[in-house]
Amino acid sequence: MSTNLVRTMVVIGALAFLGLGLSLPWLKTPAIFVLSYGLAALGVVVMLRGGQISFGHAMYACIAGYTVAFLQRAHPELDGLVLIIAGMVVATLAGGIIGVFVVRYRAIFFGMLNLALSMVLFSLLAKMYEISGGTDGLRIDRPTLAGITFDRSGYESALLIGSLVAAIFCGWLVQRYFRSAAGEALAGIKTNEARLEYLGLSARRILWSGYVISAALVGLSGALFALVQGLVTPEMGYWLRSGEFVFIAILGGSVHAIGAFMGAIVFTVIKLGAAAFLTGVWQMLLGITLIVVILAAPTGIAGLLRIGTRRAPEGGAR
Amino acid sequence: MGLRGLLGAAALAIGALTGTSAALAQDKPAQLKIGITTFMTGPASVFGVPGKAAAEQWIEDFNAAGGIQGVKIAPVYLDEGLGGDNLLSEYRRLVQEQGTKVMLSAISSGNCNIIAPVAEDLKVLNIMWDCSTEKVLEERRYKYVVRTQGNATTEMVATVMYLLKVKPDFKTIAVVNQDYAWGRDSWEIFRNTLMALKPDTKVVAEMFPKFGAPDYSTEISRLSALKPDVILSTAWGGDLDTFVRQASQRGLAKKSVLVLPLIESSLERLGSAVPDGVIGGMRGDHYFLHPEYRNDAKHKAFVAKFRAKTKTYPIYPVYHMVQALEALAQGYEKAIKANKGKWPTTEQVAETMRNMEFRGLTRPIRMRDDGQGLEDQMLGITKAVPGLPFPVLDKLTIIPATLTTAPVGQRSPEWVKTVKPELLTSPLIKTYGDTAPPAN
Amino acid sequence: MTVDLLLLALADGVSYAGLLFLVALGLTLIFGVMGIVNVAHGAFFAFGGYTAATFVVALSGPDTPAIVLLLALAAAAILVGLVMGTALEAGLLRRVQDKDPILQLLVTFAAFMIFEDLQRLIWGASPRSAAAVVDSLGTLELFDVTYTRYQILLVPAIAIVAYFSLRAFLRRTRIGKQIVAVTHSREVATALGINAKRIGWFTFVIGAMLGALGGALAAPVTSLVPGVGTDWIVLSFSVVATAGLGQITGALIAALIIGIARSIAVYTMPELEVVVPYLIMVGVLLVRPSGLFTVAQARRI
Repeated sequence: MSTNLVRTMVVIGALAFLGLGLSLPWLKTPAIFVLSYGLAALGVVVMLRGGQISFGHAMYACIAGYTVAFLQRAHPELDGLVLIIAGMVVATLAGGIIGVFVVRYRAIFFGMLNLALSMVLFSLLAKMYEISGGTDGLRIDRPTLAGITFDRSGYESALLIGSLVAAIFCGWLVQRYFRSAAGEALAGIKTNEARLEYLGLSARRILWSGYVISAALVGLSGALFALVQGLVTPEMGYWLRSGEFVFIAILGGSVHAIGAFMGAIVFTVIKLGAAAFLTGVWQMLLGITLIVVILAAPTGIAGLLRIGTRRAPEGGAR
Repeated sequence: MGLRGLLGAAALAIGALTGTSAALAQDKPAQLKIGITTFMTGPASVFGVPGKAAAEQWIEDFNAAGGIQGVKIAPVYLDEGLGGDNLLSEYRRLVQEQGTKVMLSAISSGNCNIIAPVAEDLKVLNIMWDCSTEKVLEERRYKYVVRTQGNATTEMVATVMYLLKVKPDFKTIAVVNQDYAWGRDSWEIFRNTLMALKPDTKVVAEMFPKFGAPDYSTEISRLSALKPDVILSTAWGGDLDTFVRQASQRGLAKKSVLVLPLIESSLERLGSAVPDGVIGGMRGDHYFLHPEYRNDAKHKAFVAKFRAKTKTYPIYPVYHMVQALEALAQGYEKAIKANKGKWPTTEQVAETMRNMEFRGLTRPIRMRDDGQGLEDQMLGITKAVPGLPFPVLDKLTIIPATLTTAPVGQRSPEWVKTVKPELLTSPLIKTYGDTAPPAN
Repeated sequence: MTVDLLLLALADGVSYAGLLFLVALGLTLIFGVMGIVNVAHGAFFAFGGYTAATFVVALSGPDTPAIVLLLALAAAAILVGLVMGTALEAGLLRRVQDKDPILQLLVTFAAFMIFEDLQRLIWGASPRSAAAVVDSLGTLELFDVTYTRYQILLVPAIAIVAYFSLRAFLRRTRIGKQIVAVTHSREVATALGINAKRIGWFTFVIGAMLGALGGALAAPVTSLVPGVGTDWIVLSFSVVATAGLGQITGALIAALIIGIARSIAVYTMPELEVVVPYLIMVGVLLVRPSGLFTVAQARRI
């Protein structure tokens, strides 16, 4: 039942994105940002499944973004799709390596170590002016997409469609992962890790695979973000950005993959709406929204809409 | 359910009904919408807020006097403090949704780097009203992007020249700059120029504390131990305030000569915390006690009105904003004339603004073919005077931009290496004596 | 690097560590007692600083004695700690105390965002400072380098006084012992008749005051601008995580390590100065995940 609800929402949502994007051209970039943030939040949702929260995941967006920038500098003729995949791959590899160390930790220590690593990356990028462009970052020129050279408007439309496809595909993949044995095991880490080990599963291995998946998702979001903004800065890896991803994940709800995107929409609408009409209080509005959601609906918007909850089996036992 | 769906359907309907208004360029519009980006939040708001106040004042006066042949200017302000990605979204919204044709952007060099190619893509006239990165106009030729003020090269070369005039025999220098494009680039240009003009100078320390650094104590301790003859810092805003205060408290200015090219914008705020003998600049010749223009009617009236409204004296972003708006107005007037009285297209105005000469509140500025404005630079030495709670800049010297700007088509980092010492004795440089405090 | 420069670096490092310690102290105390990582701690710092700057500017005349200005700083810290600490604890944290720790942390993050905008609405965007305090205390010479007494003597002194007072308070007074009890086990302490709610509020307010004190003491030497809280929060995390959450003596030592390391970096490799605190944090966490000084705890099954 809720699957149909989700399917309908995805279809309507996709149509809305496309419709809005094509009829109001200035909405294309915000729409792509929404999808990018949504993908990053999806990465956070994967981690939340395992009961872990990372305040440093933005570093993978940063790594992917800078990979795109450096690659383009070295080979300006590379296609955008190649750049995105390369960024994602490098971020995933980084996640794999860092993950090996990080999965030994739990709860606040997990969060802190990720935070520390992301701040090391951030500080280094901000300082190495000759290599990374320092705090002003590196520019990214518009590459070809799938071999076609677009003008700005076409480029944005292509990226919008691409991001939409990526978002839907990743959301579907993550849902399947959650329902798979590995995904259920990941949820087991949150509920009771010791029992998981008794079953003969390695909690570290499971958390590691979840971590790598989340790094890949955040990396993809970073590569898209870089291409649409045309600029990568160390800010992409700052702890506040990681916090925003977590914010969106909780806002939307970690019960279902679609929550990440719902959260991203609300987040962006408030941020841009506040910027347009009530300058200077967008942080306050976002903060209040988050508090209201946590107090009133801790399972997020998706939780409110009862997405992802299963029907109670006959007989009542839950 | 389907909240997103409803929203989407509504938007589709609205979009279909209205559509973006096609620009009917040849008819005089009811008003000229312009977008102005400035920092209303964040540390750079010390520049952004006075800049906005200047825009509001100028536009109000301008509209009251009739505007551009009856067309009044309607400004919309964008906050650069929102960050690059949000600024970009807002910029596009103004241009694509509201049909804004002219944008004044930006303060931050980082934002100028992002926005220039976007403006060119969107075919919107973009006036860089305050950012100083010389790279934008040097690395690419733009049709729609101009700069109505000087750039980092103009300013830094002039600073080196003034330093050499005032203190020709120093041996060692250290730099403490903010760690971002401006801090790094300004040092690169300064150092290359200095080495070309005085190759035996020794650089004893290069420090780039984080932008927004809360504390310079350790840097100052190190400088106190090293005792360089000259200390350069192109910092501004809160960072400069901190540096000057701490340096002053610890007697650094007694051991070394401080060269602070952006000190004028902090003078009023710092007051007596600024010691005498600091070599200071103002990113142009923007000083309310300008020796050639302090009694100029237009300048005086503007300063008085600005002071009445904001309770502060104007600093250089104010002058830069006025320059941008004056240039815009004059650009339109000239383009209308060339277009035989019809309202010009954006392309025509952008074209007219090149090779144009106009005047803001102080010395006139000439625009070059590549869109770069030639803005003369004025520097002085701080001195406390009775009757004013903060120091004046004394022994003012004005160095014309033609001497200190890389020629069209040349890149600054290479050009500055070719600067010759003969430049220092150019007859075009004007020096003045004591600066008297304001009359009232 | 000569001995002279090393000693100078030590002097600078110690004074920086003093501020760092005070801010980290509040954070670690709150975590120890309430189990919450309070992201809004950066706001306590910022508000403390801005309030202190406002007081000092209002009070400073040509001959205001130093003691008056110093009391103004203390007053600012106490006021901000009391008001903001109570508002946050009673108004918000109590409502989420039974929820997932992740949600508790996010609530403090949301509060931080609200405070950031509030701070700009109240004090605007212009840099604020309280330099009169430093001027009133004069300077001293160390190896031919002039230091301000405020920075080299006063700030470290206040940090040390705070440290010893807090330790004495926790060990010798009744409320102090109750706080320790609640830190060890909230349930048992409540069963013994300790009003854990009031202790929680009390500790939170003390922690907030310490954070605000850090900001108030920083106001005379720095410029307060929007965003100052954001940087200090993550710096104090590095101290707290390196020391171990809830470790007070550890926080002092970690602050010294990080402060001195950073200072030495400025003298020898200035480009690495910003990275140093986080490198230390990563290094320590990789080797000892709960921090340098935490006693390992048995895993709950």
